[in-house]
Amino acid sequence: MASTIRVRATLSGETTEVQALIQHPMDSGFVKDAKGEIIPPHFIQQLTFEYDGKSVFVADWGGGVSKDPYVKFSFKGGKKGDDLKISWVDNKGATDTTTAKIQ
Amino acid sequence: MRSAIHLASAALALAALSFSAVPTAVAADTPDPVADAKAFQKFFTEKFPKLKLEDFVNGPYSMNEDLHRQWEEKEQFPPYEFSVDMGKEMFSKPFKNGKSYADCFPNQGIGIRQNYPYFDNKEGKVITLELALNRCREANGEPAFSYVKDEMAALTAYMAFTSRGKPFDIKIPDDPRALEAYQNGKRYFYTRRGQLNFSCATCHVQSPGERIRAEVLAPALGILNAMPIYRSEWSGMGTISRRFTTCNSQIRGVPLNPQDDEYRDLEYYLSYVSNGLPISGPGARP
Repeated sequence: MASTIRVRATLSGETTEVQALIQHPMDSGFVKDAKGEIIPPHFIQQLTFEYDGKSVFVADWGGGVSKDPYVKFSFKGGKKGDDLKISWVDNKGATDTTTAKIQ
Repeated sequence: MRSAIHLASAALALAALSFSAVPTAVAADTPDPVADAKAFQKFFTEKFPKLKLEDFVNGPYSMNEDLHRQWEEKEQFPPYEFSVDMGKEMFSKPFKNGKSYADCFPNQGIGIRQNYPYFDNKEGKVITLELALNRCREANGEPAFSYVKDEMAALTAYMAFTSRGKPFDIKIPDDPRALEAYQNGKRYFYTRRGQLNFSCATCHVQSPGERIRAEVLAPALGILNAMPIYRSEWSGMGTISRRFTTCNSQIRGVPLNPQDDEYRDLEYYLSYVSNGLPISGPGARP
């Protein structure tokens, strides 16, 4: 299966702009399905972007974040061609990781 | 004396009125899809003189500058991307009998979205892409998909994606049944229904660009070119069937079943009047 993470990191001047789209149901645990039964909570708890061995962006998420979340941020530094590592862990212990080259 | 002149001029005006009314009445009786489509497109281009014809396929984004800016940013990471990938995967995976979707369609199903729906002379009915996909599955011993979302949306998203930029090319063959289907779709489009007493045209012809609560209404011209769509409101993908049924329930009417005759005829009519406008699907809508 294809990765659940799409990333684009572009360097402009001294900062690297990062955009990411993650495929995840992000069920809050408060929503009922068509039969009236609660859809159990299933959401990303932590999302990390690492560059050069250091975390440049860490998000502690909960059930309030939308399905298939989109993130955009920028950080100082970064070099063209370097790797940016992205990973998430959800409340069921599932995880996914990907790396993207800074463009 | 004076009143007599008034009366005479009134009679003259009346005569002139009834004279000019005669040819239009005749024209209304004989359906003329070519003239319809021309008038339809002219109405929208005159209502929105700044827009180019192909801009209409972007729905509310061409009606509102703020939305347009947000959309441009969104398109860098379009929310329908996962669905297109899923559709591509499904398309390349053969059925249990070894055949695949490609075997059911001309040109292996690539770049053909603009030709759907079409009128099938043998059956005497309008065949939409969604219907053709499920028929393809059933002919190969696979269960049909739900018409409204998920797999069906993924398949149509992929097929639309491979057809992007190709102008809608809907044909009405020389068959009275085809013309009747077109007329039936047109009738459905302009008929008021539901507790709110809205027709499709009330929102999408009379008021595109206006707000309906927080949403900006899309113009009917080019509205199907962007299908299927990822709607933030649905937090997921939806097909043309989903759009039609939800539109009907939003005006507090009772929706028909997806792919009922009326809906397929409606799709036939709406696609026909958007002939020449490029396919832009899959789309993203608020």
